[in-house]
Amino acid sequence: MSKHVEPAAPAQPGQFEPRIVAFFCNWCTYTAADLAGVSRLKYAPNVRVIRVMCSGRVDPQFVLEAFAKGADGVLLGGCHPGDCHYAEGNYKTLRRMRMLERMLRDMGIKDGRFRLEWISGAEGDKVRTTVNDMTAKVRALGPLDLPGKFAEWDKEIEELEARVGSESAPEVAHAR
Amino acid sequence: MPDKPKVAFYWCASCGGCEEAVVDLAEDILKVVEAVDIVLWPVAMDFKKADVEARPDKSIAVAFINGAIRTSEQEEWVRMLRRKAQMVVSFGACANSGGIPALANQFKKEEILKYVYEDCPGVDNPSKTRPQLETVDQGRTVTLPEFRNMVRSLDEVIEVDYYLPGCPPTPKLISAAVGAILAGKLPPKGTVLSPDNSLCEECKRKDSKPADLALAEFKRPHQVHIDPEKCLLAQGLVCMGPATRAGCEARCPEGNMPCTGCFGPSSRVRDQGAKFISSVFSNIAPKEEKDIDAVLDGIPDPIGTFYRYGLSKCILRRKLN
Ligand code: SF4
Ligand code: SF4
Repeated sequence: MSKHVEPAAPAQPGQFEPRIVAFFCNWCTYTAADLAGVSRLKYAPNVRVIRVMCSGRVDPQFVLEAFAKGADGVLLGGCHPGDCHYAEGNYKTLRRMRMLERMLRDMGIKDGRFRLEWISGAEGDKVRTTVNDMTAKVRALGPLDLPGKFAEWDKEIEELEARVGSESAPEVAHAR
Repeated sequence: MPDKPKVAFYWCASCGGCEEAVVDLAEDILKVVEAVDIVLWPVAMDFKKADVEARPDKSIAVAFINGAIRTSEQEEWVRMLRRKAQMVVSFGACANSGGIPALANQFKKEEILKYVYEDCPGVDNPSKTRPQLETVDQGRTVTLPEFRNMVRSLDEVIEVDYYLPGCPPTPKLISAAVGAILAGKLPPKGTVLSPDNSLCEECKRKDSKPADLALAEFKRPHQVHIDPEKCLLAQGLVCMGPATRAGCEARCPEGNMPCTGCFGPSSRVRDQGAKFISSVFSNIAPKEEKDIDAVLDGIPDPIGTFYRYGLSKCILRRKLN
């Protein structure tokens, strides 16, 4: 924890503030985030923390859903390898998230928008440095804004829908 | 005698396999033909758009639509059919989730057009001519449909009542669906007309599928001598069975080929590819990053492997580029 990390740069007016969804495991990373709070460590206010019982509970579907609902970044925090409360949960996390990272890259989601970190209950300061660092990196990447992109993509079919929808149907019913 | 129910078949971005599947009903097709009045079937019968357009709204009992949606013309047709039909059945993987055509959602429209009309080996097009929406020739204007930016599933464009899964759906499922429709015995709207289990549940190899796969390597079918009895995943082959809906009776595993996922997921899965990653990759053997990565190198094309029939239904919807 001796590594020096710049404190979160003060938000400048008009600067893009990324929204980061953080899944923290109950036993380690969430406890560390609590510790960071109790120790009054200041870190970027950009993360919305969701507590899960184990990092292994986080299905790759959750990560995709977070992006689709408007997250600019997704952070996943669990216990260090060997320290999992459920023995092997974080190994499962590591393996599946390595695969997910490859898939995200192929889908054009830039490296840095998804991050997996091991943070033990005692590492309150690592929560601070990780969140600050990720916030800065995602800020540099700019907004992901999938909801906005989805709406943009669908514009091309809406115009036609409006036109087709307004056509009136013939009025006389004939038997065959 | 009351009128027989009117039925329409239509195809969009489709290979024709779904049409073939209808013909594959063999003698049963005669029963269908006897029971219904086919009012549109471009692959087999000569009807014009105007014939369908002239029908009153809701006068067609059911429209079976296969193929994905890529062009403005397909959108127009399916919207018209939605108006004319009381029930729309999304037929096959392409209509349900984009199918093979949706793999094009990894590329920009411009990349596709440039490749097809300029760079593709065998293309001789020095003037780089491309199809135009409108061309005036000898005073006459010829039009073409618009090629959209992405491939969509049918239900992204119109409301769908039921889904028949598969690439293509099996004759057995088609017969069962047609029978249920004719008898008016249908499950709630939105249902996929196939058992709501994972494929592994109906696979004969299931008993040899270990709880902990502990895979140390992924292989491709031509690289192994496949044991005809043992679970294919357990043999290191990417079998999509765990994340795929049942209903095909595990024909591919039965034929010594791993499942490639054409039935889409069960109702409890939102994203087939992500769920497959979740269930299978958690259980590979190594624990160190570099060893894990070495195993993952055995999957050279994650999207083509996990979303072969369903990229339109990936939560991310398409590649961002
Ligand atoms: S679902 Fe399969 S068989 Fe049907 S149109 Fe698509 S590719 Fe062809
Ligand atoms: S993984 Fe494939 S081979 Fe194994 S039980 Fe499931 S469907 Fe059958």
